[in-house]
Amino acid sequence: MSPDNYSQLRAAEIAAGVRAGQLSPDAIVKASFDRACDIGAGPDNLNLVLAADDVASLAECEELDKRRDTAADLGLLAGVPVVIKDNIASLGLPTTCGSKILEGYVSPFEATVVTRLRRHGALVVAKTNMDEFAMGSSTENSAFGPARNPHDVRCVPGGSSGGSAAAVAAGITPIALGSETGGSVRQPAAFCGIVGVKPTYGRVSRYGLVAFASSLDQIGVLGRTVDDAALGLEVIAGYDHLDSTSSDADVPIYRMAALGAPPVAASSADTEMVRIGRTAVPLPPPPHAKTLEGIVIGKPAEYFPDSLDASVRDLCERSLDRFRAMGATVRDISLARSPLAIPVYYIIAPAEASSNLARFDGVRYGLRVDSPLGLKGMYEQTRSRGFGPEVTRRILLGTYVLSAGYYDAYYRKAQAVRSLIADDFRTVFGSGINAIFTPTTPTPAFHIGAISDPYEMYLNDIFTVTANLAGVPAISVPIGRVRRLPVGGQIITAHFDEYTMFRVAYALEAALGEDAHR
Amino acid sequence: MPVTREDVLHIAQLARLGVDAERAESLTRELSSILAHMEVLSQVDTAGVAPTAGVGTGGTPLRPDVGVPSGMSGTLESFAPAMRDGFFIVPRLATHEDPAES
Amino acid sequence: MVVGLEVHVQLKTRTKAFCGCSADFGAPPNVNTCPVCLALPGALPVLNEHAVVLATRAALGLGCTVNESSVFARKNYFYPDLPKGYQISQFDQPLATGGSITIGAGENGSDLRIGITRVHVEEDAGKSIHDRYAGATAIDLNRSGVPLIEIVSEPDIRSAAGAHLYLRTLRQILQYLDVSDVSMEEGSLRVDANISVRPTGQAKLGTKTEVKNMNSFSAVERALESEFARQCALVDSGGRVEQQTLLWDGEREVVRPSRTKEGSHDYRYFPEPDLKPLLLDAKWIQRAREELPELPDARRKRLGEDFGLPPAEIVQLTALPALAEYFEAVARASGDGKAAYNWVMGEVSAVLRGSGVDITSFRVRPADLAQLLNLVRDGTISHTAAKRVFARMVETGKPAPQIAADEGLLQVGDEAAIARWVDEVLVEHPEEATRYLGGERKLQGVLVGFVMKKSNGRADPKRVNQLLASRAG
Repeated sequence: MSPDNYSQLRAAEIAAGVRAGQLSPDAIVKASFDRACDIGAGPDNLNLVLAADDVASLAECEELDKRRDTAADLGLLAGVPVVIKDNIASLGLPTTCGSKILEGYVSPFEATVVTRLRRHGALVVAKTNMDEFAMGSSTENSAFGPARNPHDVRCVPGGSSGGSAAAVAAGITPIALGSETGGSVRQPAAFCGIVGVKPTYGRVSRYGLVAFASSLDQIGVLGRTVDDAALGLEVIAGYDHLDSTSSDADVPIYRMAALGAPPVAASSADTEMVRIGRTAVPLPPPPHAKTLEGIVIGKPAEYFPDSLDASVRDLCERSLDRFRAMGATVRDISLARSPLAIPVYYIIAPAEASSNLARFDGVRYGLRVDSPLGLKGMYEQTRSRGFGPEVTRRILLGTYVLSAGYYDAYYRKAQAVRSLIADDFRTVFGSGINAIFTPTTPTPAFHIGAISDPYEMYLNDIFTVTANLAGVPAISVPIGRVRRLPVGGQIITAHFDEYTMFRVAYALEAALGEDAHR
Repeated sequence: MPVTREDVLHIAQLARLGVDAERAESLTRELSSILAHMEVLSQVDTAGVAPTAGVGTGGTPLRPDVGVPSGMSGTLESFAPAMRDGFFIVPRLATHEDPAES
Repeated sequence: MVVGLEVHVQLKTRTKAFCGCSADFGAPPNVNTCPVCLALPGALPVLNEHAVVLATRAALGLGCTVNESSVFARKNYFYPDLPKGYQISQFDQPLATGGSITIGAGENGSDLRIGITRVHVEEDAGKSIHDRYAGATAIDLNRSGVPLIEIVSEPDIRSAAGAHLYLRTLRQILQYLDVSDVSMEEGSLRVDANISVRPTGQAKLGTKTEVKNMNSFSAVERALESEFARQCALVDSGGRVEQQTLLWDGEREVVRPSRTKEGSHDYRYFPEPDLKPLLLDAKWIQRAREELPELPDARRKRLGEDFGLPPAEIVQLTALPALAEYFEAVARASGDGKAAYNWVMGEVSAVLRGSGVDITSFRVRPADLAQLLNLVRDGTISHTAAKRVFARMVETGKPAPQIAADEGLLQVGDEAAIARWVDEVLVEHPEEATRYLGGERKLQGVLVGFVMKKSNGRADPKRVNQLLASRAG
């Protein structure tokens, strides 16, 4: 195996090659940097990458080589290059959140997810462009300029994890980390024709993720294939004593979902070998009439409105047909309160953001702009120059809905409606539905600068934001193209049932084959 | 209810965001327009519905009362805008008696 | 005068409320900090179990109901020593509610109770130092994130002296509960007061003001007197009290308005999304209640009954829990409450005051002192000698019997020896001897003193008196 076909390799293939001594980590890393260079990942072109350090990355390869000589287990991601969204703290490279207020800031500690990636042999090669503080759906809100979609440079890659999604789509790395608050992994995955997964709230530690809206934020994985996403999530998932909201529920071997079997007990000796990468996951059989036997897929009316782009609807119907062909039952369902999700989200998320972003005050780190008006002037100058227009708008919106006299009408009301939205999901999953299928976004990627009204931009999240409000896992997989641009289909399952989500996603990916990209 | 210019200036001061007159006008329009979309919530019957407070089940985990290393690589000076004798330095407050008043 | 007090108390934990940094007082600036208490981007809080234990104990000790579920909330405001831009506190679902403490007896002899509205857990801010550098404020975040409880009283206090008494009682209870150092000097206890006035007989409360910046209990008392006078004068002259925050200026002995604009306090509380609710098991709370240490009132009652001492003496002995425990151990081991009281409040307290040593680390342990008391009671040494033995015990740490023997202080009850000393004294002091033997009985004390001195304190004074009396007889 040579890295000539690097950008077609799955992460599991790279890691297996490195563990077997057939691939050298530095050749892989060089291939990744070459690919970034060829595709134009820098600021003059696609503008996907905010920081990278090839010297440091090659030094890490040497470390990995040394470990190969001494350690038996290099890890599930041995020698796999990964890129990380720039709101996830990493040692060595800056963590700017796409904001002037953190320009040049290097975190003195690392996010739990990054530590876990490194422990599994992954090589962090770059930090990726994003909407400032993850507020946006197009990566146009970055203080460092908009990122572009590798499928059409006139289009946005989606957002806010646009740089991570575009980097995977461009073949720079097979896996990237992003973060979600209302769809910021799934929407750019859909726009870029790759896989994006948002796990159950609490599944992955948020320690080191710069908070936007704490009750909604969750780190997610972008992958070239379902398998890349499953492997990436397997590595970063699990309880973390540094995050009080992280869950101690068992993490199944998500890759086994490709076999269609129910999750295997983590304790058995064979699965343990798979878990640590000593034994490869057996290849799944080609999809057939029994692949999804017993699975009931819900098709919620509210996610297929009359106004939905007809081509997007057609692609969804094609996917539903494939589900039926694999033995699944498709049932019409209703998630009646979902249409209220955008107003609910745009109260709760800005409210939490207004508080989370108060720490950027010029006192301890980041930008400080001094003022003749003393401390208050310093605060106001630092924050008004440090934050861009969308962040300013959301901080003000959030401050408003929390302020005296408005709390009950807005924040409290929104949290009550959020409970109703979550109840809808519980009811559906309690009634024999195993997974819900919807379009990920109402349309494919739009042109840079095409949407100027903030609320119109917010509507991009209309099908994704409910999973964040309810805390359930969801994945976007490519289901075809409209006007040459990728379209994503979304699979949502019950809390902590990522296994079924991956099972359906693996099956759909296999069933669509090359159709997923036509 | 529409947002007034005074509302914008008040919340900008609560959020310590410097907003000039021109920006205050445009923000007033933008926020009013966004909040108009939220009015739909007032028609939802939420009587007897508990607002979501935190996600997930169970109580907050507790940490044993033992010291652990700070988990930081590097010094405060490596990222602080202004330090002196180990203190963070900020401009002197106009009035400094009451934490909530600056 | 209608007063309610808000008392902030720092809990005695090793580490901070939400991170593993040391909570110790007095380290160099910003040494006890980490990503969490510096509010670095991406850091998250995890609650300290011992803070919950201490807060629960305090709440139960103040007679509160501890809630099985309480919720942390963010109190949002900007200040350079508040790193996150919000304080993690509790708002509409606090740890505990509905307690009370007794601060003495009312006019009709019934208990004077002050209601405790609530006890909640929160974190402290850092420290802003304004007078160290010209034109700049220095920020030290060592205290940032240290666990506190806030104890809010009902507006049940009716006088400045009552406020003082409430605070002393509260502090004593917290000392007995061993939850805090409760030192105003080190900032581990802080007090804010809400005060309003209303004419006698009126039920409706007047507009209240908040008074801050008092650095001692007597400062609280003086500040309340001062603010009471100001409000009365306002109302008497037909004016209206404005709701505002006032600062006590201890040097000039006046309250003055802080420059806070009312209405600018909009803390935008909302539930802290980084922490789930604090859930406490009912059985766990019950066990914590059963394990509460004895509180001051109960201990006073018990010691009074057990040792038959008058209330005033019991109050002295129970001022501090460690003192009361020391006394009780001495009294139990010696079986003599009165002597134990005399010694603990006399010699022991004098030595502690002089040396600044804490009673818990005092060299003479209760059993040692009880042994000394026993030597006095069974006549082995005299009271005078006992004081010398005690001084040597403090110096050397040796047991009382050994010192008494080494120094030749064992009391002599031997008739012949005492008779010889008496005779010698009568010879050596002929004038007093003549007058005494001639009937001036009041000189007996003087002569006893001479005998005691001559015997190095060893003569049994009772026997000396008897002998002298029989000579004069």
